[in-house]
Order: sequence, then structure tokens, then C-alpha cells
Amino acid sequence: MTAPALRRLLDEIGPVDAVGIEERVAKFTTRSIKKQSKLFGLRLAVTMVDLTTLEGKDTPGKVASLCQKALFPHEGDIPKVAAVCVYPSMVKHAAKHVKGKGVKIASVATAFPSGQAPLKTRLAEVRQAVADGADEIDMVINRGAFLEGELALVQDEIVQVREACGDATLKVILETSELETYDHIRAASFLAMRVLRPGDFIKTSTGKTSANATLGNNQVMIEAIRDFYLATGTEIAMKPAGGIRTAKQALQFLIAVKETLGDAWLNNARYRFGASSLLNDLLRQLETQRTGAYQAPYTFSDDSTGY
Amino acid sequence: MSLKITKTPKCYVGGAFIRSESGRVYEIHRSSGEFHANIPRCTRKDVRNAVEAAAKAGAGWAKRTPYNRAQILYRLAEMLEARAPEMTAAIALHGTAPDAAAKEVRATIDRIVHFAGWADKYEQVLGSVNPVASPHFNFTVTEPMGIVGILAPENAPLLALMTLILPAITAGNSVVALASHAAPYPSILLGEMLATSDLPGGVVNLLTGERKEMLPTFATHEHLRAVAATATKDEATALQQGAAESVKRVILHDPKSDWFSSSHDSPYAIRDFTEAKTVWHPIGA
Repeated sequence: MTAPALRRLLDEIGPVDAVGIEERVAKFTTRSIKKQSKLFGLRLAVTMVDLTTLEGKDTPGKVASLCQKALFPHEGDIPKVAAVCVYPSMVKHAAKHVKGKGVKIASVATAFPSGQAPLKTRLAEVRQAVADGADEIDMVINRGAFLEGELALVQDEIVQVREACGDATLKVILETSELETYDHIRAASFLAMRVLRPGDFIKTSTGKTSANATLGNNQVMIEAIRDFYLATGTEIAMKPAGGIRTAKQALQFLIAVKETLGDAWLNNARYRFGASSLLNDLLRQLETQRTGAYQAPYTFSDDSTGY
Repeated sequence: MSLKITKTPKCYVGGAFIRSESGRVYEIHRSSGEFHANIPRCTRKDVRNAVEAAAKAGAGWAKRTPYNRAQILYRLAEMLEARAPEMTAAIALHGTAPDAAAKEVRATIDRIVHFAGWADKYEQVLGSVNPVASPHFNFTVTEPMGIVGILAPENAPLLALMTLILPAITAGNSVVALASHAAPYPSILLGEMLATSDLPGGVVNLLTGERKEMLPTFATHEHLRAVAATATKDEATALQQGAAESVKRVILHDPKSDWFSSSHDSPYAIRDFTEAKTVWHPIGA
């Protein structure tokens, strides 16, 4: 049963045609992207990667190698990735390696991935990460409160985290797999976007649950971004995360962005991929394009196997 | 009156039965000239996908104990034995006389059993303990190479194909094989037998189609560590050039080889698909 507050919000923003979305995204996987456009897409995707390691076994040494990979993904003419994404305790270690070198530091905060900690603790975590040098904060929303219909509470918490961020960019993780329906994803997107600053992100998932970013929930969210932009003129950015492992998938997501939001969103200020193994597959395909021979995966340096 | 159900021939890749990603097919005809079936005409992308499948399966297969590999190969012989008449008909379909086809199936079963026997014994033949002039215990053991490409000849569509595949998988490699173009049906049937043989899906991947469309990919694919083929002079040159770039081993067989010959029953065929690892172990004074 839908809570009254959620019902009112959905009436306001309109529901999602689930079958329509599924059919629409199925078409994205049939596009034929070849030669120059493929190269463009692959290189663009490299610049959009938030190279991520979020594991209990992370160490400063592992973060250092992740940073090295982020700055120099592979030999030759390969661009840097957008950011490294680490736990708050690793921010200061990442800062030593990438600060001022064109790769940003993103940190998941607010008791990632569950968000089940007192608000005071979550805000303190955000402040500490920013103080240590994080340029971007990835927060999780309070899904329990959302599903109970406590929308104002969810929104207030986002506002408080935004305040705690200061100048740092905020990314709001909706954790789509726990929101259960496309309608809920759309509602949560609007809830967050209404209190975000231009250039802040909404993000699909933590990568820590069974279901991650799909073309379907990506589409629901970028259509929400489009509708919100047309209504208010505020440009919100998007980050799908988790489960995007192949270059082919990444190109399909970029097609969705191109055909829904247009060229203005085809850059790493407006669109990111939260991933770790994706980067090597992108490099592998770029090398295949350059040399004309399919590449072995072990040709590319490994950094981590998170996500 | 009952409706005749015709079978769609499919390739066996990654433990599943697939059509070519291109959707293309080519027709094969019975020796009487009558249309028999549409066979998948695979592409270089199918080769790529098959290599990915082989890579996935390879580590697990290499870790199996030699004894277990032997049992599974023996099981494959059992599966072929049980469907021998069907396989004989598949070979005869392409114009081989029924007697000769039956003989080829028989020889293939024998060869599978032969290599099954070698699975837990070749190490004793190929490995060695090496005398050295220092206080070290020095020994050499073999390890599988990884993924092996196979280009089978046009004749002996079952026996030759298996003669090329068997040494590679006995040593713990996984295989991507392109079957005879003119006589592909035995390889289609072989896929169905592999699927029920306990051989993990992806260890043997069988493709059909035009050799000239896929040969350059077999030659240049960096992830293939060796290619075993019967080849014309031009094909051999193309294979060796591509292999030089990707540093892979090329094992060429004479297209006129007598595939029934017992010269193919040899542990030295297995050596072609292994890497030697030598260990220096200090033993003190």
C-alpha cells in the first residue's frame, strides 16, 4: 500500500510506464556503434569512470595503486578517469596521490551502504571526509523512512548532508534495488533533486546489494532529470553504479544519455560510472580498436576487484 | 499422420548451444544433393565470444586432478559409444561410405580412451628430475598453456577434429575449435555429446563456418596461447605472422596426414600444449 505522502508526490510528478521503459531501453541495446563513434564513446566512458574500491580489506597501499591507475590507466594516449571513490578513512591517503592532478576524490559517507546510523554520526562522517580532502560525497538516503512514507524526513536529511558538504559535490544514492518499483525510483529522484544544487548527482545504487544499475532504472532517473530540468532549469547530474562491467554496457548507457538528455550531459561533470572492472574492459576495447587484434585481459594492470 | 520435426544445428559454446551472433547460415546437402540443414556461419565475433567462454572455464579445468580429467574423457567416449550409429550417419551424410564412417567413429572412441589413459600419466613422461652441479633438487613439471585454437581439416570431420582437440584438453587447456567447413555435421553432434560428458561447459567450444573469415582472428587473438591447425602454405604464413605478434605457439599438421595412424596416439602430442616449469629447490650440503 502506498503511503499518502508518496501518493501525493506521485500524483504531482506522474507515474512511470514500466512496460514503456523496458521497451525503450531494450532498443538501446540494438544500436550499431562502430569505428569513430565507438572510439569516441569508449574514450568518453574512460573519462566518466569513478574508479572505485569499497572493501573492508582496503589499505593505503591498495588505494595508492588505485590512484596510480586512475591517473595513468594504460600506456599511450588514454585519458584520466574522473575520480577515485573510496571509504572516508582512505580519503587522506588518496589525497596524497591525486590532489591537484585532475582526478577528483569521491568518498562514500553517511554509514554507507546501509545508512543505518544516527544522523549526527552520518553528518560527522561527511564533515571529516570533506576536511580530509574529498571533492565529492556519495550519500545514501534513508530507504526505511522513504518506504514508510516519511518523505519530509528523507528530504531533510539530504539537506543537512548537503550543508555538511560545503563546496563538495553531493551524490545521492537512491539504492534502487531497495525501492522496489520504478514509481518509487522516480519519486525518490524528485525528492532529492528538489533540494540539490545544480551539478549535484543522483546515483542508482551502492553496488552492495544483489541488483545494481540497470538500463531500466538508469532510464527512469535520467527521464526524471530531464523532466526536472524542463520544469525548473536546474541541471542535475547522474551516476549509475554497480554491475556495469563491460565496455558494451557502458556504450549502451551512453546511448541512453545521448537520446534522453542530449549532448549537454555527455561529459563527466554530468554523467559518471561507478565501477572498477569496467575501466580495464574499456582499455581492452580501445587497444583492440587501435591494434586490430583482440586483447588478453592480463595485458592490463589490475587494481581492485570491488563492485 | 505425424509432423516431421527437423533439428536446427547449433554450435556448442560455453556449455550452451548457440547460433552465430551474425545470424548467418550456410546450407549443407546430402551426398544425393538434397538439402539437409542450415549450419551456423560463425564470425570473428563468435571466435571472440568463444575465447571468453574458454577463459571462464579454463581455470577450473586446469585445477581438476589429472585422474578426474581422465574419468571425464572416458565418459566422453561412453557418450560417443552410445550414439555411435547416429554419429556414423552424420559422417556418412557428407559422402563417406557407411563402413568407413563407422570405422572413423570406432577410431575416435579408441583415441579418446587412449588420451583418457594418458591424463594421469603424461606428467611422468614429460616431467623430469634434472641433475645439476649445485646443492639443489631440480625438477621440471608441465603446466597447461591456457586457451588453444584449433583449425580442423576438411576430411575425417570427427577423427581429425578430436585428434587435434584431445591432447590440448588432456593437458588441462581449454579449446576453441573450428570444424570442417564441408562436413560440419559431426561437430554439431559432438557438441551434444560433450554437453552430456561431464566436461565443464566452455572447455571445448566448437564453431562452424568459413575458415578464411576466422583464420586471421585465430592468428592474432592475444588470449589464444597456441593454435593447432592443418593449413595450406598461405594459411600457415598468415597464422605464423599473427602468432609472432601475439607470441603464441603454432602447431602445424600435414593436411594429408593419415588420421587413423597410431602415430597420433602419443604423449608428445600433449607436450605441444604444455609449458615447462623448472624448480630449483635447495637441499643443503
